[in-house]
Amino acid sequence: METQLTINGTQHKLDLDPRTTLLDALRHHLGLTGSKKGCDHGQCGACTVMVNGRRINSCLTLACMHDGDEVTTIEGIGQPDNLSPLQQAFVSEDGFQCGYCTPGQICSATAMLEEIANGWPSHVTGELDASAELTTEEISERMSGNLCRCSAYPNIVEAIRKAAGGGA
Amino acid sequence: MRPFDYARAATSEDAARQAAEGATFIAGGTNLLDLMKLEVMAPSALVDINRLDLNQIEEADDGGLRIGALVTNSDLANDTRVRKHWPVLSRALLAGASGQLRNKATTGGNLLQRTRCLYFYDRATACNKRDPGSGCAARDGFNRILAVLGTSEHCIATHPSDMAVAMRALGAEVETLKQDGSTRRIPLGDLYLLPGDRPDRETVLEQGELIAAVTLPAPVEGRQIYRKVRDRASYAFALVSVAGIVAVSEGRITRANLAFGGLAPKPWRNAEVEDLLTGEASSDALFGKAADLLLAEAQGFGANDFKIPLARRTLVSVLRELSQEASA
Ligand SMILES: Cc1cc2nc3c(=O)[nH]c(=O)nc-3n(C[C@H](O)[C@H](O)[C@H](O)COP(=O)(O)OP(=O)(O)OC[C@H]3O[C@@H](n4cnc5c(N)ncnc54)[C@H](O)[C@@H]3O)c2cc1C
Ligand code: SF4
Ligand code: FES
Ligand code: FES
Repeated sequence: METQLTINGTQHKLDLDPRTTLLDALRHHLGLTGSKKGCDHGQCGACTVMVNGRRINSCLTLACMHDGDEVTTIEGIGQPDNLSPLQQAFVSEDGFQCGYCTPGQICSATAMLEEIANGWPSHVTGELDASAELTTEEISERMSGNLCRCSAYPNIVEAIRKAAGGGA
Repeated sequence: MRPFDYARAATSEDAARQAAEGATFIAGGTNLLDLMKLEVMAPSALVDINRLDLNQIEEADDGGLRIGALVTNSDLANDTRVRKHWPVLSRALLAGASGQLRNKATTGGNLLQRTRCLYFYDRATACNKRDPGSGCAARDGFNRILAVLGTSEHCIATHPSDMAVAMRALGAEVETLKQDGSTRRIPLGDLYLLPGDRPDRETVLEQGELIAAVTLPAPVEGRQIYRKVRDRASYAFALVSVAGIVAVSEGRITRANLAFGGLAPKPWRNAEVEDLLTGEASSDALFGKAADLLLAEAQGFGANDFKIPLARRTLVSVLRELSQEASA
């Protein structure tokens, strides 16, 4: 199945078995191993990438369904010598222990902050027509699709708050 | 995953035609691919409907809303009209799954997601829904999450959707399309079949019938809430949920639309319960009677017995909150 994907700004033409998930295409066919496979069933968030600006679980979608789409992975969010504000904040706030969930956390948080900026409510937002504050409760709820086996949650929340400019 | 042919649908009729010939629709894929990886579902062909023009939310002439089948759960929850006039639907959607999943999950796919019964997912066990005639391992097994209403001796699974519960309370209808271009409208309550002796048959849809849209009637008077009780505060399916729309005037209940999740093989609604409440002054005694009626035929299977008192308390609590708020 011929599939064209724009990944982190670069076009790729792939010829894949239709069974190939977007996650496997990234990791096995393009060597972009930043996105991680935790559960392969949409339960952990380690595989989170952005497609056309929105965060999704790349393990629960087929690469061929994304012909022509723009994908952003952790590799496109920043590089070691050019960290994004969230990446920098995860380092300075110790937002990880083993680091396995971290690329997914950062991709998810990058899109999540955009969702808040666009006025999306969450399950814990008091009024559906008011904009949400970046409280611990809001961050936890909005990030609940990203599990961390090391339970670095308090520092993940701090890192996100810091990167978003919310102070300590 | 078993091999399959993959094709993108050119038009809705084309999608319906391919499906009538045996292909399975794929929308967000968040339920189907999960089950295909486990080979609980093993379609020989997929027809991808994602490029069809079914992703709009439009206002209808009667003041209602027409929601395209491909509108994502995120877009529907965030729609300013839904937030304002049908807030129970936004709330139900926001209480479901995760941010990532809601970005992919679609309106049609959400309605047709399969049960989360553990045995349905485990091919090494007996399950009449997955493998008709094999038995039901859940009846005497780990059935904590399963149904207490509408079950049969052959299956006690629940329908897991939150969105569908809110839509049921709102009186939604499903609009479908067949390959010959014919359409029909099905009230959401009539879409789902009870398990009976064929738990593998879950809806009245024919092979190849595409859900094109869901319609909501014009907004109604009253306060709306969605209360979801679950094992974790977030990212977990409902054990019990209640979508309630209640209006109170001069101390009397003038409307009570109530739908329940986590209790039954379909989003549950009981007109007798609503009739019992309507016209009465709100009181705990009245709410208790409503719960008695709702749960008169409820049957637990051991591990899920707790759902019966939990449903009672959740209903009473929701009614208290809605009748207080509405009269305030
Ligand atoms: C970890 C996890 C947690 C979740 N938690 C929740 C939760 O708390 N609450 C909740 O409600 N849901 C939850 N979900 C389920 C999620 O909401 C569903 O997976 C999703 O809504 C399915 O939509 P989809 O578009 O991805 O469907 P698909 O997987 O694409 O399709 C599902 C089924 O619908 C059929 N179908 C799709 N579209 C159409 C159409 N237009 N016409 C006819 N048939 C169609 C497909 O053939 C398939 O059989 C969870 C899922 C996961 C993986
Ligand atoms: S309850 Fe239904 S889905 Fe679960 S094992 Fe029994 S037959 Fe299968
Ligand atoms: S690997 Fe995709 S959600 Fe766990
Ligand atoms: S840092 Fe180890 S899983 Fe999150």
